[in-house]
Amino acid sequence: MDQAAATAEPIEEPVPAPAPRIAHRHRLPTRLWHWVNALTVFIMLMSGLMIFNAHPRLYWGQFGANFDHPWLMFHGRPIPGWATIPSTYNLAAARRWHLAFAWILVIGLVTFLITSLINRHVQRDLAPTPDEVKPKHIWHDVQEHARLRFPTGEAALRYNILQKLSYVAVIFVLLPLMLLSGLAMSPAMDASWPWLLDIFVGRQSARSIHFICAMAILAFIIVHLTMVVLAGPLNEIGSMITGRFRVPPERPQQ
Amino acid sequence: MISRRHFVATGASGLLLGGCDRLNNSAQFRGVLRDAERLTMGAQRLVVPRDALAREYGEADLSPIFRSNGTAMPGTSEYAQHLAENFANWRLQVDGLVSRPLSIPLQTLRSIPHRVQITRHDCVEGWSAIGKWHGLELSRILNAAALSTRARYIVFHCADRFGDKPYYESVDLVDAFHPQTIIAWGMNGNLLTVPHGAPLRLRVERQLGYKSAKYIQRIEAVESLAGIYGGRGGYWEDNADYEWYAGI
Repeated sequence: MDQAAATAEPIEEPVPAPAPRIAHRHRLPTRLWHWVNALTVFIMLMSGLMIFNAHPRLYWGQFGANFDHPWLMFHGRPIPGWATIPSTYNLAAARRWHLAFAWILVIGLVTFLITSLINRHVQRDLAPTPDEVKPKHIWHDVQEHARLRFPTGEAALRYNILQKLSYVAVIFVLLPLMLLSGLAMSPAMDASWPWLLDIFVGRQSARSIHFICAMAILAFIIVHLTMVVLAGPLNEIGSMITGRFRVPPERPQQ
Repeated sequence: MISRRHFVATGASGLLLGGCDRLNNSAQFRGVLRDAERLTMGAQRLVVPRDALAREYGEADLSPIFRSNGTAMPGTSEYAQHLAENFANWRLQVDGLVSRPLSIPLQTLRSIPHRVQITRHDCVEGWSAIGKWHGLELSRILNAAALSTRARYIVFHCADRFGDKPYYESVDLVDAFHPQTIIAWGMNGNLLTVPHGAPLRLRVERQLGYKSAKYIQRIEAVESLAGIYGGRGGYWEDNADYEWYAGI
């Protein structure tokens, strides 16, 4: 408490809490895409981990098999059943799940991108402003996150810079990389679009990048869910379902 | 600690997994996933030109050791006999919906001008190996046999068995007449070794490895795959539910 303020107002009247303001955020396309993805990404991760179980080694380059040097190698079937679809070893079934839900992921991503560019969600809410990308601002935001001091009032209605950067990374970097590296593993697509092999410098490199991006998306999900819990799960999850967000009242000025 | 972490993880994924396993056991849901496979094949056939070539690599890109997979030695006495004779009496039968059924001696196949291609073999399990293949374009064999207009699929009957079931595979005419689809008799400058399918194997370069059947004895042109063995067009398709179209 500020010393000057304390002397100026020695007796504090209890201030009645203002009625919580309800704001609208997350438009329908965002909410729909979010929940379709919440399901699809888990299915992709878990069926993908089952496919990884079939040959749990990763290589760089055009080729890579048991006699070649892997940069990551496990023995046996490293991913336990609780993390795979299906839960017992079945490469054929995992591939069916993975390749079917890949369509949902891709159609959702493309639809979301087109919609969000047209309704200016990307430009308005996701694109960082020049001020926000200054190192000082980012560092300040990192400190605020570390202290678990989340934005309140109007600021809570905007994405902060760390949110923006992570959403932009997932939407514009990780998901497109997943899609392209997945296609680069298809022998038919490689025949049609040989540049797929060139951008990843080989099918086995594409497979490694596919796996690394999947792990990055998993890390994003873990951080994302942690932040939801810390920021108030009912309000956060509720707003992603209904679009109605109870604005956290401004913190008293210090 | 491990057990508690395991417990939490089990609880979290249990809901999703239980549902997924149940769905996976439902024939109806598997049908939906199979429809997605048809969508994948349709989409790939749309964006992949008929004659788009799989990448051909240089000598420097060859895998130092090209691992074998599946059967390493067909266990039948007939095959043992052929091996003992150095495949001198091996013939390739071409029949089914053709107007000129053929029985081509191995020596003839090896003596006519052939194609050499250095390509990447992608296993459904995830690994890749690059090898150099020597063989005759399947299209030339099919043209020599004069394929009937009723023919829709080409079936490859193999000398190896998994348990009591013979290995076989099939492709449609798009892949059968693709310039890189060859009946190979050589690999990396030598005759095929037994683990790699001696004396004859298929190379289908735009699909996964299980389509490239080894130990081929007979090529059959058919209108439908329904009457052949399990009816799904291949050993793994019949017995392990792999997709018939393995372009991805």
